[in-house]
Amino acid sequence: MRLPGKGLNQGAKPITFGFNGRHMMGLEGDTLASALLANDVHLMGRSFKYHRPRGVLTAGSEEPNALVTVGTGGEQDPNIRATQQELFEGLEARSQNCWPSVERDVMAVNDLAAPFFGAGFYYKTFMWPAAFWEKVYEPMIRNAAGLGALSGEADRDTYEKAFAFCDVLVIGSGPAGLMAALTAGRAGADVILAEEDSRMGGRLLAEREEIGGKPGHEWAAEVLAELEAMDNVRLMTRTAITGAYDQGTYGALERVSHHLPRRHSLKGSHLPRECFWRIAAKHAVLAAGAIERPVAFRNNDRPGIMMAGAVRAYLNRWGVAPGERVTLFANNDQAHRTARDLHEAGVHIAAVIDSRHDAPVDGPYQVIKGAQVCGSAGRQRIESITVRSVKGEEKIQTDCLAMSGGWNPSVHLTCHLNSRPQWNREALAFVPTEGAVPGMVTAGACNGTFSTAGALREGAEAAGKVLEALGLKSAAADLPDAEDDPYRIAALWAVPGKGRAWLDFQNDVTVKDVKQAAVENFRSVEHMKRYTTQGMATDQGKNSNVAALAVLADATGRTIPETGTTTFRPPFVPVSLGAMGAGATDEGFKPQRFLTSHGESDNRGAHQLEVGLWYRAAYFPKPGETNWRQSCDREVTLVRKAVGICDVSTLGKIDIQGADAGKFLDFLYTNTFSTLKVGKVRYGLMLREDGFVMDDGTTARLGENHYVMTTTTAAAGQVMAHMEFVSQALYPEWDVRFTSVTEQWAQFAVAGPKSQELLNGLLDEEVNGETWPFMGCGEATVLGVKGRLFRISFSGEHAYEVAVPARYGEALFRELLKRAEAMGGGAYGMEALNVLRIEKGLITHAEINGTVTAFDLGLQGMMSKKKAFLGQAMSTREGLMAEDRMRMVGLKPVGAAKEITAGAHLFTPGDPVERIYDQGYVTSAGYSPTLGHPIGLAFLKEGPDRIGETVRLVDHMRGVDTLCEVVSPVFFDPEGGRARG
Amino acid sequence: MAELIAKSPCEGLVPATIGGMSLTEEHPGAMWAVAPFKGQQDKLSKALEAAHGMAFPAPNRATGKAGSRAVWFGRDMALLMGPAPDAKLAKHAALTDQSDAWAVVKLEGKGAEEVLARLVPVDLRNQTFKRGHTVRAELKHMMASVTRTGPQAFQIMVFRSMAKTLVHDLKTAMEAVAARG
Repeated sequence: MRLPGKGLNQGAKPITFGFNGRHMMGLEGDTLASALLANDVHLMGRSFKYHRPRGVLTAGSEEPNALVTVGTGGEQDPNIRATQQELFEGLEARSQNCWPSVERDVMAVNDLAAPFFGAGFYYKTFMWPAAFWEKVYEPMIRNAAGLGALSGEADRDTYEKAFAFCDVLVIGSGPAGLMAALTAGRAGADVILAEEDSRMGGRLLAEREEIGGKPGHEWAAEVLAELEAMDNVRLMTRTAITGAYDQGTYGALERVSHHLPRRHSLKGSHLPRECFWRIAAKHAVLAAGAIERPVAFRNNDRPGIMMAGAVRAYLNRWGVAPGERVTLFANNDQAHRTARDLHEAGVHIAAVIDSRHDAPVDGPYQVIKGAQVCGSAGRQRIESITVRSVKGEEKIQTDCLAMSGGWNPSVHLTCHLNSRPQWNREALAFVPTEGAVPGMVTAGACNGTFSTAGALREGAEAAGKVLEALGLKSAAADLPDAEDDPYRIAALWAVPGKGRAWLDFQNDVTVKDVKQAAVENFRSVEHMKRYTTQGMATDQGKNSNVAALAVLADATGRTIPETGTTTFRPPFVPVSLGAMGAGATDEGFKPQRFLTSHGESDNRGAHQLEVGLWYRAAYFPKPGETNWRQSCDREVTLVRKAVGICDVSTLGKIDIQGADAGKFLDFLYTNTFSTLKVGKVRYGLMLREDGFVMDDGTTARLGENHYVMTTTTAAAGQVMAHMEFVSQALYPEWDVRFTSVTEQWAQFAVAGPKSQELLNGLLDEEVNGETWPFMGCGEATVLGVKGRLFRISFSGEHAYEVAVPARYGEALFRELLKRAEAMGGGAYGMEALNVLRIEKGLITHAEINGTVTAFDLGLQGMMSKKKAFLGQAMSTREGLMAEDRMRMVGLKPVGAAKEITAGAHLFTPGDPVERIYDQGYVTSAGYSPTLGHPIGLAFLKEGPDRIGETVRLVDHMRGVDTLCEVVSPVFFDPEGGRARG
Repeated sequence: MAELIAKSPCEGLVPATIGGMSLTEEHPGAMWAVAPFKGQQDKLSKALEAAHGMAFPAPNRATGKAGSRAVWFGRDMALLMGPAPDAKLAKHAALTDQSDAWAVVKLEGKGAEEVLARLVPVDLRNQTFKRGHTVRAELKHMMASVTRTGPQAFQIMVFRSMAKTLVHDLKTAMEAVAARG
């Protein structure tokens, strides 16, 4: 019911919205919860386990009951707290966990079976048969219990991530936070003030009290206006700080467009739905306030039973009375304000029930002292309560019960670095441990200081401490007058009696469940929590943790400090996966690296392959080729018979200079490079520290102290890091400098018997066996552009690699193809490149798979005995040179099925096909058009000693079972005459 | 005789103007990595000053001015942008041509800081990251070099092959910042 002349959004624009298909009116500035209450809608959802009707309990992010779903299909957002969802024109929300409707929910039958569903029910019941758990029980339980659901469609919203930096992060904008931000801002500190609500002010918006002689919300507005005018202060509303992390980093979730019609956040409209912030703060002031705790009594979960502070918020901020005959149940003085404010607003107070015998009487309404509410009645809304006092039990008609069991300081963030809060006996609450988060100070209600004057004072003091640490001067705090009442409270956790008294509304955990846990010896608070699931719902026990452990303490005969508390972990409020993964979808998933030849390859219809971040052409289909194998076979043949062109720029290229460059390379590679002549290239092998092969490649000597190393595409980054390690950590005294030049050069393989002829019209220099002998290198001029030429071969053919600055890459690729095609050659892609190198028994990272040694590759001869090299000591370990290791061989099919597949395992014919009989595995395979049959490279036990033997090849994945002959890994031109010639 | 036609890294990707901010490709001329040999830092700095008019930059700083700049580029390394390095420098430093290795763009306009705050985990606000300051840091998932060149202008560099992703990421962030108004 909306009260005329009440609330802070008087005269605001009316807004139409829908809830469960029913259309109603609200006001701008309303939350969905306040608008529903204004329309006398209390029933907002169904509970998790028993499907009990539930209404809104709170007015903040801690809300456990009023969870709704907004949007449909790819825009569907489940588990939105109605207390945080701001009203906008056209908002359509609906209740969750109910069918067919929230009023008539079929699954409410669970509530009748409640006696069977107590703590541990699932663990005890669904034990047998074991196989049923995954297939039958769990899906069934998940279907029956739960919160909102995802649509199953792709998310249509956009999200973003951002970084922010400040001297002081102030968390919360109540009196303590505002005072801290004002003090720090005035002193010139770089301040961020973050508030999860849409409006700053905290409890000052919900209470009727004065600060400095004016209403609290007016004082807040003045402070905010001053802060807004400061360049050094950044105000962030709708931004919840979700976690405290190392070195002053805080996570924060900003709800950017939840309060706007959906069109603003859909893909294409650019405004994100949420932004996940990472804020690096030198210091933080935690002024997160406190959360009021419910009292457990029989049926304390009916719609219409709300927190007393929330009732005041609905009244004072939104001008909404949640009932016409309101009762109050409390154990502290502050809660009496609810009766006072409602009474002054003209709402009938049916009774105030206070558990204390010395409760204050502060209004012309009935105050029942020393009494407790021990039950409630009503169906989908509370109709009456039962009050138990020394005079006996009495029924009171009411349509709204405001309850307060005191306040729990919001210590959550102080626990995120593993500190636990301390029990304060006077406040009956856990308060933060000092220094729990380095750089963070706490102020106000989250510190257990519940008066407004105390909050203002501590806010100013906290800012003072921070300013001192920053070396900034602060003006003497000018503290305005404010309410400074003592916080009088007497313990009241659970009202004794029969029936179910709710502790955790969101996970449907009752006092009985906690007691049952204790009876079954789950006495540790951590065990109780897991056994009952208390505190494990999306509200993370914000409303229930302290009361639950008080009940546990009572049940186990211990005090609360003895019982201890569970801790809080991030996030403080649920964070959507969309926000966490913001930007990392579609093209934002990872960087794409494109070769200079990419566009021209596309023009030729190339099929592109992802190789790490790179895109490389796999093959270039010609008209009439319907299968990649046809293209691949043709490309292999054109290299063997004429000339092929392939972009090899993805290989890592590292420029190495300095007086100790040769020494440096000698240590990096197993073989020697300091003896390499200028103008020559050598193949090298690199080991990891553990003695296994890391990478291979060629290194060219361009000058006395100048080399350029080539790595594989896959290990380019790894080799660079490896070199930095050697240079920085092992031999910092060596004079050597290196940097990646992978991106500087566009480099193309020109391979085949006609390669020399092709280059000889392209280069200014004459290319022949003398000027560019096999493994020669040097500068060359390519159509007037200064480039480099290397006579190296990965195909076994007479071949070169020609490099030009990348800006000319595309043009050179076109020119090379034009000339090659005129000679009966053309482009070849990764598939052909792979077949060509398998034919030659040359290795890639399919073979260098992290488990192989130089010995396994037959390259033990490359491990120099004349000098030290990285990995040398470990490579000589016993076992790394053992004869029975799996070592590299070639395979060719013999049986009827001529097929070899990479990943297949090898067995001795006659042996069972079982793991313990495994003789090896195939690393690379392809069809050789040169030889006319499939070929493969494999690692086989005692491999080189078994050449000529027959092995059985089994590939369970592809259903292949055939026989192969073990052969030398070099299938083609074993003497190497073609490459040298 | 055929001629090889040069193509710049961001050809066809920029310019872009979004929400009053502009994203354009820079053509800085030659770019050379200059890495002093052991114990040669001071001599190199003097030679650099004599030949090109700027000192070797301290970490996270750029020296010189538009058209002839030395940008700190990592541990004991600067990127000389503009002139090709004088031959005398070779005595004191490893010189490596990187003129074609990097995509260089300029992001300019009100909101440029906000755009980079969505991509780079470093405080790039004017009060901490002033003109002449530079950093090697991540830009989304790429390693980048970011230098402030004006009150609302940044020079941003990533590997040439990643130019398309750079422009995609910057434009996405520019659109998000512009949408906030």
